[in-house]
Amino acid sequence: MSILVDKNTRLICQGITGKAGHFHAEQCQAYGTNLVGGVTPGKGGQTTLGVPIFDTVEEAVKATGADASMIFVPPPFAADSIMEAADAGIRVIIAITEGIPVMDMARAVAYLKAHHPTARLIGPNCPGVITPGQCKIGIMPGYIHKPGRVGVVSRSGTLTYEAVWQLTNLGIGQSTCVGIGGDPVNGTDFVAVLKMFQDDPETDAVMMMGEIGGNAEEQAAAFKKSGGFTKPMAAFIAGQTAPPGKRMGHAGAIISGGSGKASDKIAALEDAGILVAKSPADMGVTLQQAMQQA
Amino acid sequence: MKIHEYQGKDLLKAAGVAVQEGKVASTPEEAARAFEELGCSLGVVKAQVHAGGRGKGIAIGPDADRAEALAIASGQKPRPEGVAQGVQLVRSAEEARKAAESLLGKTLITYQTGIDGAKINKVLVADGVEITRELYLGMAVDRAVQAPVLMASTEGGVEIEEVAKKTPEKIHREPIDVGFGLADFQARKLVKALGLEGAAAKNGLVFFKNFVKFFIDSDCSLAEINPLIVTDSGQVLALDCKLNFDDNAMYRHKDIAALLDPAEEDPNEMRASESGLSYVQLDGDIACLVNGAGLAMSTMDVIKYHGGEPANFLDVGGGANKDQVLEAFRILLSSDKVKAVLVNIFGGIMKCDIIAAALLAAYDEIDFKVPLVVRLEGTNVEQGMKMLEESGRKIITAKGLTDAAQKVVAAAKGSA
Repeated sequence: MSILVDKNTRLICQGITGKAGHFHAEQCQAYGTNLVGGVTPGKGGQTTLGVPIFDTVEEAVKATGADASMIFVPPPFAADSIMEAADAGIRVIIAITEGIPVMDMARAVAYLKAHHPTARLIGPNCPGVITPGQCKIGIMPGYIHKPGRVGVVSRSGTLTYEAVWQLTNLGIGQSTCVGIGGDPVNGTDFVAVLKMFQDDPETDAVMMMGEIGGNAEEQAAAFKKSGGFTKPMAAFIAGQTAPPGKRMGHAGAIISGGSGKASDKIAALEDAGILVAKSPADMGVTLQQAMQQA
Repeated sequence: MKIHEYQGKDLLKAAGVAVQEGKVASTPEEAARAFEELGCSLGVVKAQVHAGGRGKGIAIGPDADRAEALAIASGQKPRPEGVAQGVQLVRSAEEARKAAESLLGKTLITYQTGIDGAKINKVLVADGVEITRELYLGMAVDRAVQAPVLMASTEGGVEIEEVAKKTPEKIHREPIDVGFGLADFQARKLVKALGLEGAAAKNGLVFFKNFVKFFIDSDCSLAEINPLIVTDSGQVLALDCKLNFDDNAMYRHKDIAALLDPAEEDPNEMRASESGLSYVQLDGDIACLVNGAGLAMSTMDVIKYHGGEPANFLDVGGGANKDQVLEAFRILLSSDKVKAVLVNIFGGIMKCDIIAAALLAAYDEIDFKVPLVVRLEGTNVEQGMKMLEESGRKIITAKGLTDAAQKVVAAAKGSA
């Protein structure tokens, strides 16, 4: 089954005529994702990658029956594109764009909550979502994945690839890998993804990669502790050596005051019975241990 | 992006948020004139640096003992007589001149600046108003509610982090709907929570509404008024302000972007951001160049895990080309502290042979005096590693994170 996306997912790409959008739409298509169209205002009627381009998401959905969208629209217009996708009835909106103003995202998320509460936004500033062997939506390299039964969720991009690659090299396949993104305001948090993995009969365990800043990891720990997530789970927290008050690339990765520290997050996760990898080189084996212990 | 107090007060005033009157000065004479023009009997001369803790901070010359200064500024040692504090009360134009003289051109050390301190290029001369109450007002984006939250407390003038830790019930919170701003009823709740009455209640309502509007309209990421003061006559004023802005939104606020003070920025961090790199300098001796923020932090972690100390955080982003790698190497190697360099790239969409070619090209343009350890993973990894191994350059290749960390830690020790 997997979560969010599978072989039946019908994908459009918003921003398909931009350099990055075009390249990655093609990569997704090559992986086997069912790309059914693209959206670029003003370029409706043309075709690219063998699929039609539309001026609006509404037209694209009507013509193609698309239920997922991958957004590569430039930052100043990306939040609007997210709202447009939700308005057109897109079920899974995956925003790859990095650098969207936080206030724009706060507006877009508020709009989705008020008007389209069933639309699921993943990201922004994320690598995307992949169900190995079925559907890749995003910028992750497809070949490092292997179909299987471990769910992966992460705030980071390349660190997720690292974890997935470690799992694949151990022979552990993945059900679905979700990059929720590193921005302060995003569509989906760890708890929401854990709920989906809990309900997915084809996911046996979950590997979670968090990082300093915010308290999403603590919330995930509390969710696990309260019995909301009952499957084996391992985690890693990036930024254990980051000094306080410094922004580490991700807008999210900043420690301020007493909360958001790696040590606090690790303590909360361990307290909830989640195995935490000490070194990022041990993410895969830690997940293996968590499964063996269960 | 951060700005100075005097710049923040100008922006707030223009947005209808009441601030303590003041004038900025770059020379002692300007400071004296500013005091006269303000026409007050009591004034405050405040060092303009981005860091907090200025009141307890001390201004020192080039020869002073910085470690000692930091101990004094952090309250670990008593402050000796005659040492200039970052914020000084003055009662005449002459005192204002002297205060400015004790600060301008000096380095302010506060518990937040650390041992490096911050150069004082400007002072703010402000009207020393009568204070009847000191309150706190702050606003920041709260990830959990996915929106900005306005925070207010009756415990102003002190470390708000301490208040939050010890007495969280003393901080009143209002989540803000960014499409709507601060609703009237929310402003009334705040007035009540802060115990504002009469004229102060009226002025408070206006202050809060305009403050929230300013935060949203200007794409602030953090705004703090500490203290927010109430005067005898019921005025509600910002006595200080700390404003941070969302870098990603500065394209639509050219006026605010222009307020950036290059003197306050780390030159290497500025240089990096001009090349699309994200760089933060640290204290160790192992430099690292990584793609992606999460992996970059993890690389720092794994270096530390194997007994090394990272010299920096550097994220080259998704598309590491030769020019970016070259600039990254130049920034990394500009510090003589660096004893070894680790490159850790998980080439997803970027193929490893392309990355290897960029690394080699950059390597040849730089006089590499320290060992370089390279770990590549991803598409065409065998091809890329082979290129590095057969290049004839002194590049140490590694397989996996642990191998890379162990090799670079050993290399740093060997060349020490």
